[in-house]
Amino acid sequence: MSLTREGIAYRVACDLPEGAYVNLGIGIPTLVSGFIPEGKEIFFHSENGILGMGAIAEPGHEDIDLINAGKQYVTVRPGASFFDHPTSFSMIRGGHIDYAVLGALEVAANGDLANWRTPGEKVPGVGGAMDLAFGSPNVLVTMTHTTNKGKPKILNKCTLPLTAPHCVKRIYTDMALIYVTPEGLELREYAPGLDAKTVQSHTEAPLRVSPDCREMKVPAKFVAAAQVAT
Amino acid sequence: MVDKTLKSVDEAVAGVFDGATIFCGGFGDTQLPGQLLEALREKGVKDLTIVHNGSGAGTHALGGLIADGRVRKLIASFPNNPGGTSFQDLYLKGQIELELVPQGTLAERIRAAGAGLGGFFTPTAAGTELAKGKETRTIDGREYVFEKPLRGDFAFVRAHRADRIGNLNFRRTMRNFNVPMCTAAKFVAAEVDELVPLGDISPEDVHVPGIFVDRIVQVARHPMQTLAATVGR
Repeated sequence: MSLTREGIAYRVACDLPEGAYVNLGIGIPTLVSGFIPEGKEIFFHSENGILGMGAIAEPGHEDIDLINAGKQYVTVRPGASFFDHPTSFSMIRGGHIDYAVLGALEVAANGDLANWRTPGEKVPGVGGAMDLAFGSPNVLVTMTHTTNKGKPKILNKCTLPLTAPHCVKRIYTDMALIYVTPEGLELREYAPGLDAKTVQSHTEAPLRVSPDCREMKVPAKFVAAAQVAT
Repeated sequence: MVDKTLKSVDEAVAGVFDGATIFCGGFGDTQLPGQLLEALREKGVKDLTIVHNGSGAGTHALGGLIADGRVRKLIASFPNNPGGTSFQDLYLKGQIELELVPQGTLAERIRAAGAGLGGFFTPTAAGTELAKGKETRTIDGREYVFEKPLRGDFAFVRAHRADRIGNLNFRRTMRNFNVPMCTAAKFVAAEVDELVPLGDISPEDVHVPGIFVDRIVQVARHPMQTLAATVGR
């Protein structure tokens, strides 16, 4: 049993507090905005100069001059603001973006993050990933727990080029919620139907089981029979 | 009377020379100064260094300039953008240089140049392969990387409205790299949706004051950068 991609995004959304300024990376992080409960006010930031970003624009309602960092046509919410790149990255680098939710290829036990260069990639690109990983005080990672070949992605040491050292605070996967602490990784929650031992068997780095460790509380529709594809 | 307006995009790129460093504003294909870039392509200059967040799209505007072999080097943060095949093909053949810069560092290097600064220390990339060979310094217990200012010979941008003295106003997410780029190049030209009478842009809506802008040309958006051409692409 494991969480679907939507389930991972839902679990992150539960942890974002009212009033938070949040940047969502591409992939699973993008889904988080769809699971913010009605009435909880969260401000979504986009690197290209939006605070207060809304949903993707409905077909026929696109504005040629309103895109997000993924170059999708988007909308804005009441109270939104637009600004230039230096201002946008002052928000990021200056630590004003409370939460950066990012995808990952590998995370190490000490919070090192690798998410910008895949092994076979021939043309590199970094975008705003490093600025977010270095700048936000709370880097939350979403990813599948293992590669599509079943290899662990939570490692003793990253093998891929680092995006930033010691930056990850929490890891949300289809199998677990893990906190990065000064004493190493701490298992806080496991997906419905799993247990701590099973999660550890898919994790290279040692996990300390929190005294409060419990089964994750997510709606049944977010639980899949098999592990989700990467 | 000061009048910075030109009749054609060709006049705006007339001074560009071989080997020039060119700031290309915008973020994503729709916001590129497509008409100025097409004029540059027609002009036939070569060995250019282009500074832009991505690598353009398709074989028009920036993608076309690169496909024509006019660009020696690209300074960018995200050259692997979908659609950026003109650059990516040449890069894989070893026929174009790349300087990869994190997006915030790229914006700040341009801003620093425009503000007359000699560079800055940023935490971004410290301890990663993008900091290799760069000076570092520990400040208040944190490691920072020294980054130099980045100046352009020319900046080409697209804005929404302009007046004859070069004040620029942008719509929505159009400001992006355009604002710092206008401050950090020796010659700045903007293509705009609308040329309006002096005073029509309220002073609080001037996003780039005319002091930074040399030439203005009113021209419709490049046909490959319209909603009709890009929705669902």
